[in-house]
Parts: sequence; C-alpha cells; structure tokens
Amino acid sequence: MSLDEKTVRKVARLANIEIADEDIERIGTELSGILAWVEQLSEVDTDNVEPLANVVNIELPLRKDEVTDGDCADKVLANAPEETQGFFVVPKIVEQES
Amino acid sequence: MAKLIQGETGEWEIVIGMEVHAQVITKSKLFSGSSSVFGAEPNTHVSLVDAAMPGMLPVLNEFVVEQAIKTGLGINSKINNTSIFARKNYFYPDLPQGYQISQFEDPIVGEGVIEVDLPDGTTKEIGITRMHLEQDAGKSVHDQHPTKSFVDLNRSGCALMEIVSEPDIRGPEEAVAYLSKLRMILRYLGTCDGNMEEGSMRADVNISVRKPGDELGTRAEIKNVNSLKAVQQCIDYEVPRQIEILEDGGEVVQETRLWDPAKNETRSMRSKEEAHDYRYFPDPDLLPLHVSNDQIESIRKTLPELPDQKKHRFMDEYGLSLYDASVIIAEQARADYYEKVSNDNDSKLAANWVINELLGILNKNETPLSKSPIQAEQLGGLIALITDNTISGKIAKDVFAEMYKTSKDAAAIVEEKGLKQVTDTGAIEAVIDEVIAENPDNVAKYKGGKDKLFGFFVGQVMKKSQGKANPAAVNELLKKKLS
Repeated sequence: MSLDEKTVRKVARLANIEIADEDIERIGTELSGILAWVEQLSEVDTDNVEPLANVVNIELPLRKDEVTDGDCADKVLANAPEETQGFFVVPKIVEQES
Repeated sequence: MAKLIQGETGEWEIVIGMEVHAQVITKSKLFSGSSSVFGAEPNTHVSLVDAAMPGMLPVLNEFVVEQAIKTGLGINSKINNTSIFARKNYFYPDLPQGYQISQFEDPIVGEGVIEVDLPDGTTKEIGITRMHLEQDAGKSVHDQHPTKSFVDLNRSGCALMEIVSEPDIRGPEEAVAYLSKLRMILRYLGTCDGNMEEGSMRADVNISVRKPGDELGTRAEIKNVNSLKAVQQCIDYEVPRQIEILEDGGEVVQETRLWDPAKNETRSMRSKEEAHDYRYFPDPDLLPLHVSNDQIESIRKTLPELPDQKKHRFMDEYGLSLYDASVIIAEQARADYYEKVSNDNDSKLAANWVINELLGILNKNETPLSKSPIQAEQLGGLIALITDNTISGKIAKDVFAEMYKTSKDAAAIVEEKGLKQVTDTGAIEAVIDEVIAENPDNVAKYKGGKDKLFGFFVGQVMKKSQGKANPAAVNELLKKKLS
C-alpha cells in the first residue's frame, strides 16, 4: 500500500520540503515502507512496562544559572546569507491575515 | 456572579480560559548559558545553542526548575515529580531549531487554584489546569525594509512558564481580576516581573459563549493581548461577535484571532491554522526531569507570605474590609508600608489614610510609593495625633498636605503652625461667648424655635478658633449656652 498523494503533500509541507509532482508516488511508496517497518514494534507486548527514557541509568544533568556563553554575534551570524546591523536578514515574513 | 449577556434569542453566558506566558526571572537562558537580560544589541545574547547550530545540546538551568516549583506552589498546584520536555514542531524564521522545546503530556506543574478578587467585593476561585516550561522564540522586525524581515535571536531560548487556566472565567471583570492576581502572585514570588508592556507577561484569551447550562461552545483563541485593558477590550469585542454569528444561525469557527489594539478588533489569522499540527514528541536530547519531595518541601519553606494569605491576615488581624485589604496587598511594598503605618495605630484609620489620601495624591502626581515624600512612620505619626485628639481629622488633612510638600513630621508641623486642637473648656467657652455677643439677632431667632441656626453657631465658633476647637466639645458647650 502506498500513502495517498494528499498525505504525502501534507507531510512535505509540515517538513517545509518542496517535492516535484513526479516524485510523489515514489515517496509515498517509500514512506509506506518505513511506516510498515516501524509498525513491527507494535507486535511487542508492552502492557505494564514503564517507558524507558535511556538505557544508561543516568539523571538529567543540570547547570547553574550563570552567564557563561553568548556575546559572539560574529560567530552566530557567520553563516547567514544576509545580515545587517547585527540582525539576520530574511525574505519578508507576513502573517496572512484575512 | 456570572455575567449574562442579553441577546435576541435570550441570555448568553461567556466562558473564558486563559493561557499566560510569563518570562522566568533568571540570569541565563533555559537551556544555554547566554544572558536572558532584556534590551541588548541584536544577537549578542545568543550562544551557538540558541542559534541551533548543528551538534549543540541543551542543558537545563537548575534555577529555572526552582522558579517553576516556587510558582507552582504559589498557585496552589501539584508539583509533578517527573516531567518531560517535548519538541513542538513548526517553522518560523525566529525559531532556528525548527521546534520549540516545551512540555506536553507531562508538565512540571499540575492542577491548582487561585482566588481572585472581583470589583463587587466578592472572591471567586479559578482553576489552574497546568503549568509547563518552554523556550521563548526570537523576534522578527518587519517594518525596517520593504521586502525583508530582520531577526534578532536574543529572546530565543529564554525560559517561559505557560500557565493554563480552566474555562472558569465568566466575563471581562473576572478575566482582568484573574490576570492581575496571577501577576501579583508571580511578583510576590519573584519568579516573573509581570511587565506586560515589555512582553515579559503575555496572555492568550480563549473565548466562547453558550446558553446557560449548555455544553461548552466553540472557542476562538485571541492572541497579542498585552495589557489588562486589552483583556477587557478583546472580550468586549469578541463576545458580541460570536453571539451575532450564533443568533444568525451560523457557527463560530475554532481559530486563532489577533487582537488589534489600534483598530479595537479581533481578526482571523488563517495562516496559523495549518501550522496547528505540531507533532509533539519527547525531546531525545533531554532526559525526564525528576524533582524529589524533599526538594519541593525545601522550596516551600522559602515562599514569602503570598497575596491571598496577606489579604486574609489583614482582614482577620486588622479588621479590614475585603476591598481595603485587596487594594493594600496589590503590591508587596504597599502592604509593608501599610503595616508600618498601622503599627500602634487604629488599623482601619490607617487603611483609610493610606488608600484615600496617600495613594490618592501619589496617583494624581504619578509618583510611585517608593518615592513618596511621606515615610510610613511619618504617616503613622500623623494618625497617632488624630487618635489622641491632638488635632482634628480636618486639620489633619492640612497637615498631610504640608507633610507631602515638605517631608516634615506631623508633630513638627502642628507645633510650628500652632494647630493643636483646643479641648480646654474655658478657652472654647470664651470663643462661644464672643460669638453669642456678636450675633444677638440669631440668638433670639434660635431661642424662638429656629433650631437650624445651631449649625451657624458651630460654624462661627470653628471659624473663630481656626478649626482648632474640638468639635464635640463645641457642640456640647454651645447647647448648654444657648438653652
């Protein structure tokens, strides 16, 4: 079974990925394969089993509330295609209000 | 009391729930060591973690956890021993990760309740559904260039608490009362500064209407509500809009709407609809957060006296009305000031002077209490002079005005200007005799049955004594002399 075109387009849109019309069927088939593969996990009986967050038995590390980082606008902006006065510059984002 | 709105088809009930984002007071961000201070040059308070460079990992700020627990306890809520950070996925240029780290199914704070004070002098309990921690996004500036937007990530990754209420709010007054009380609690706790103008506290207001007793109606979520006034206004706009749609046989669309304070209206933000599929999942970079009961209890011990505890104590201990108590507890500094004024004095009289006279003149001059020219001890001194009959209440107002001008003590002003009340019977009698001698006609008329003239004599005596004669003594002596 292949994911239908509508679902493929929705997944692509949510992932912000552009796909060509001729690729939709192929991607649908691939995604279906991946889903079926992951679906095998549901064959395992997990009733009464606590979800496992990690297998190494450690606690979440925490840090003190101290300023130890930042003040490196040059590094942060180094890969920006466009910048001005310390800002990233991007194509205009406009809320599509009705 | 629930406020019902009269429509063409009968009465409607307003149902409101609120989501409040409160920025946590910290030095550094939720998951990185860059500064969380407001107002720096663009992109200077940004680390490679906040900019979401590949390979960067979030490390949780332990102080934010303490602040969240403190807040949870302050809103009488259950603190969850285990909570989980989740990714909320959406694309926006001021969100470099492509997801916001938030909490979804397992927030750090669970159900609770806060008591709100309504304008009619009653209180109401509003349920808290949950409170979770999440990252703030950066800021986009749209008005600097015709075809470009500018992005500053200084806010990106700052710690926010999202406090979600139950749909227990029944009208604009209750909504305003809820938000003010919540802000008051956060300020008392020192977990959020509550400055709505600077955006460190923001509200989303979920509004629906229904016929009393019906199921909940479809709601609209109003965003960009950034002041107490805006809360009131957006409800006043949105409720009639929904009632009109329903009464015309239409249906309210479940949607996000934007409050426009310039045009005084809400309008649809259709672009947000599609993005509502957030595909939350547990963040694989962060293990579950565990907090022990010992930790919770040790934080509980650090809580200050909270607004409602103070309010009830002032009502019980000082005999204040709910209204007076709720005005005085609105700010911690105000409550402290009041307690100093009240100290050995009549507590209710102290409340009257603080609320009506002091706050009155401070508000008029737009002066904060911290800059008051009259210190609490000095106001207490003035009240002591009234209570022990050194000066009358009327003279006290003049002394107060002088204190406000000069910052001098009440006793010094009374001494300097010779304002001490005359209670000496002989001195008052002498004045009365003078007045009687000067007004033989009126004395005759009074004795002839014109009782109303009594007020005239009191006025004359007070005038002659420059307001210093004790009014009770004047009354008593005049009656004797004129009979």
